[in-house]
Amino acid sequence: MAQVEIVDTADVKTQEMVLNMGPQHPSTHGVLRLEIGTDGEIVRWVRPHIGYLHRCFEKHAENLTYPQVIPFTDRMDYMASMNNNLGYVLGVERLMDIQVPERVEYIRVIVCELNRIASHLISFGTYGLDIGAFTPFLFAFRERERIFDMFEMTCGARMLYNYIWVGGVSHDLPDGFIEAATAFVDDFEKSIDEYNGILSGNKIFIERTANVGILPADMAINYNVTGPNLRGSGVKWDLRRDEPYSIYDRFEFDIPVGRGEMGTVGDCWDRYMVRIWEMEQSRRIVKQALQQIPKGNVHAAIPKQVRPPKGECYFRTETPKGELGVYVISDGTTKAYRVKVKSPCFVALSVLPELCKGAMIADVVAIIGSIDIVLGEVDR
Amino acid sequence: MQALAQYLIQTFGLPVPLSVLSPLLGFMGGVVVLTAIAVQAMYLIWLERKVAAHMQDRLGPMLVGGWHGWAQSLADGIKLLLKEDIVPAAADRPLFLLAPLVVFVGSFAAFVCLPFGDRVIISDLNVGIFYIIAVTSFVVIGIIMAGWGSNNKWALFGAMRSAAQIVSYEIPVGLSLLAAVMAAGSLSMQEIVAAQDGGIHRWFAFRNPFLFVAFVIYFLASLSEVNRTPFDIPEAESELVAGYHTEYSGMRFSFFFLAEYANMFAVAAIAATLFLGGWQAPWGGGAPIFGVIWVIAKAHFLVFVQMWLRWTLPRLRVDQLMYIGWKVLTPFAFACIVGTGAWMLVFKQG
Amino acid sequence: MTPSEIHQRLREKFGDQILGFEGEVVEPTIKVAAPAIAKVCLFLRDDPDLKMDSLMCLSGVDDPSGDLVVAYHVYSMAHRHRIALKVFVPRENPAVPTVEHVWKIANWHEREAYDMMGIVFEGHSDLRRILCPDDWEGHPLRKDYKVQEYYRGMKVEV
Repeated sequence: MAQVEIVDTADVKTQEMVLNMGPQHPSTHGVLRLEIGTDGEIVRWVRPHIGYLHRCFEKHAENLTYPQVIPFTDRMDYMASMNNNLGYVLGVERLMDIQVPERVEYIRVIVCELNRIASHLISFGTYGLDIGAFTPFLFAFRERERIFDMFEMTCGARMLYNYIWVGGVSHDLPDGFIEAATAFVDDFEKSIDEYNGILSGNKIFIERTANVGILPADMAINYNVTGPNLRGSGVKWDLRRDEPYSIYDRFEFDIPVGRGEMGTVGDCWDRYMVRIWEMEQSRRIVKQALQQIPKGNVHAAIPKQVRPPKGECYFRTETPKGELGVYVISDGTTKAYRVKVKSPCFVALSVLPELCKGAMIADVVAIIGSIDIVLGEVDR
Repeated sequence: MQALAQYLIQTFGLPVPLSVLSPLLGFMGGVVVLTAIAVQAMYLIWLERKVAAHMQDRLGPMLVGGWHGWAQSLADGIKLLLKEDIVPAAADRPLFLLAPLVVFVGSFAAFVCLPFGDRVIISDLNVGIFYIIAVTSFVVIGIIMAGWGSNNKWALFGAMRSAAQIVSYEIPVGLSLLAAVMAAGSLSMQEIVAAQDGGIHRWFAFRNPFLFVAFVIYFLASLSEVNRTPFDIPEAESELVAGYHTEYSGMRFSFFFLAEYANMFAVAAIAATLFLGGWQAPWGGGAPIFGVIWVIAKAHFLVFVQMWLRWTLPRLRVDQLMYIGWKVLTPFAFACIVGTGAWMLVFKQG
Repeated sequence: MTPSEIHQRLREKFGDQILGFEGEVVEPTIKVAAPAIAKVCLFLRDDPDLKMDSLMCLSGVDDPSGDLVVAYHVYSMAHRHRIALKVFVPRENPAVPTVEHVWKIANWHEREAYDMMGIVFEGHSDLRRILCPDDWEGHPLRKDYKVQEYYRGMKVEV
C-alpha cells in the first residue's frame, strides 16, 4: 500500500503572486509600472517603476535659453500647464527681481485657477472611471471644453500654452474673454452640485473609497506630500495662503481639508472631496479676479533678454497636484546652469507603497486615482 | 413543435411522417430563433450605445446607415468577422477556442423555454424555469475556460472573480424565482404566465409585497449573473483591462459580446415572464401577435433599466459584492419565500 | 528663526562641520561637511526650535569647480522658516551619507540624484536608478556626460 504523505498545514505556503500593473493599463494614469506582490486579492507589497515618460527636461533646461524652456514646462504636468509655467517663471523673475504689471498678475491668477479647475475636473472624471462610473467623466469634459475654448481664444492653444512668460504673458486677454469667463463661473456652481449628486454621495462610491488608503498626517509631512493629498489628511496647508506668491493674498478663499466625514481622515474619499471643494474655491478666486482686473500693458515688463544675475533660487508654487518646487541656478548667462524641478506627483507616488499595504487589488486602483498623479510630471 | 407538425400534416396532407417533420420543424425553429436572437443582441448593442450617449450628454452613433447610425452594430459585426483570429502562443488551445462557444450556448439555450405568446414557445418543458436556471449556469464554465486558457494573470483574475460571483448569486436568483413558482404552482413557463391571467393586479410582482421584493431581488441578482455594473468586476475595464476576455479578438470576442447581450435580454424576459405577466396585456389576455409585442416591450423596459444602472452607478468591490449576495439578498429571498407561502395560506389565492 | 540664527545654532552644535554660510543671497545657504550631513539633518528635524519637518527638495548639482554638490532645501511647517544646505563631494569619490531615515521622501530624491549625477548615498536601502533604465550607462546630468552610442542594440538618437 502506498504511503500517504502527511503535510503539516503550517508548511503549505500560499504562493505569492507577482502581478504587473502597467506600463500600459487603463488605470495607472499614464505609463507607470506597478509590481504588486499579492496573496490572492490582498496586496503584500507594491513597487512602482517609473521613468517611462522621462524626457530629460532638466537637461534641456541647461541647453536652452530661459524663455525657450517654458514650452517644456508645459509638458510636465500637462493637465495644468499654466501652473507649471507660472512656477518656473516666478523662480526666474525672483532671480531677476522683476516687478510685473498689475494686469499681468491678475491674468496669471485667472488662467492658473481656471487650469486648476480643469485639472481637478480630470481627476474627478478619471477617478469615476477607475471606480466604474462612466458618466461623470463625460460631464467633467463638458466643462473642460468651455475652459479650453477660453484658453484657445486667448493664446491659441487648448492644452499646452506657453502662455506665461518671464515678465508678463504672451497675449493679452481678447475681447469676449471676461464675458465668457464670467458666464462660466456662474454656470459652474450648478455643475459642482451635479457632480456631488452623481458621484460623491453615491453609496457604492463611498464604500469603495472611504477607509481606503489612509494617509496619516505625520507620514504625509515626513514624505513631503503636499496639495490636496496633504489637505485630505486634515493638514490645513496651502502655499497660496501660507507662503503667498503673486497676488493671492488679495483674494478671499477657504482652504478645504478632509475631516473624515465618511470614514477616516486621510482616506481616498477625503482626498477626492478636497479636490471637489477646491474647484469651488478656485471658482471664487476667478470670480473675484474678473471683477478686480485693471487695465494695463501686459508686455511692459518683459525683458529683451532674460539674463538673470549669478545666483540660485528655490521657488515653490501651489499647483493642482501640490507644491511644485523649481530650483534654478543661474551662472549669469542666458541659459540656466541647473534647473531642478521637484514635482508633487513624484512625491505622492513615493507614498503609494505605504498606502497600499494590506489593501485589495481593486483598492490599489482607487488609491492611485485618489493621489491624482500625472506621469509627465513624475518623470519629467 | 409536435402540435404544429400534427396540424400541418392534417391540414395540408403532407406525406411526411410525424417523427421526421416534428424534429425538422424544431430544427428550423431553432435556426429562426437563433438568428432572431443574434439580431436582437445586435440591436441591443446599438441601443446601449444610444442610451449611454444620451445619458452622457452626447449623441452616440449617428452616421452609419443614416438614421441615428442604426447599422452601427452591423458594421461592427462585419468588421469583427474580418479581423485576424489571434490565439496567444502560450494559450491552452482547446480551452481557449471552446470557451466562447460554451458561453454562447449557455446564453442562447435559455431562449428555448421563453414564452412569447400563447402557444408561441419553442418547447414548453414542464420544468421550464428549472431548465433555464440550470442551463444559464453553463456560462460560468465558459468564463473559467476563457480565463485559464488565455494564460494571462489578469484574465485568470477576472475569471475567478466571475465564477465566484455567478455561483454566489445563483442562490438569490433561485430562491426569488422559487417564490414566484410557489405562487404559480408549476415550473412550466406557460403555466406560470397563465397563473397571472386577469389584469395587472394579478401579475406576481404586484400581487403581494413579498413577491414584489422577490422581483427586486431577482432583478439585482440577475444583474450579477450577466456581469453588469454594479456587478461587473469580471470585466472591470479599469482594473483588469477586459477581464476574462482580454485575449480574445475578432469573431471569438464577438461571441462573448453577443452572448452577454443575449443573456441580458434572456434574464429580462424571464423576469417579465415570472413577475410581470409575460405575454399578457395589462388588462388581461393577449392575442398571439400582441402577446409577442407585450413580452418584448416588458423585457425591453427591464433591459433599459439595466443599461440605466450601468451608466449611473460605480462598481462594487469583490468582497462587497459577496457580502451583498450572501448576507443581504439571500436572507431576504428566504424571507420572501416564507412570506409568500404565509400569504398564500392566509389569502387562499397567492 | 532667520537663516543666520539657524546657522548660529548649527555652528554651536556641530562646530567646524559647518563649513560656511551665505546669507546675503536670494537663497541663504549653509555649507556642511559631507560626513556630518545625516547627523545635521536629524538635528534639524528633531530640535524643538528648528523642527525642520519637511524636506522640500534634494538635488544633485554638478558644480563649476568640478565637485558634485547635494543641495537640501528644508522647511519647518511648525515654525515657518527655511534654509538650504549644501554638501560638496569630490567627483572621483562622490559619497554622501543618506538622510532617508530623517525624511522618508529622501529615498526617492537620492535615487534620482544617484541616477542623474552618480552621487552614491551611503546607507541607502535601495540605491538603484529611478528614471533611466536599470542598465543605462553614465550619469546624464553631469556636464561631461556623453550619451552612449548603442543601448541594447538600438542606436541612441541624439
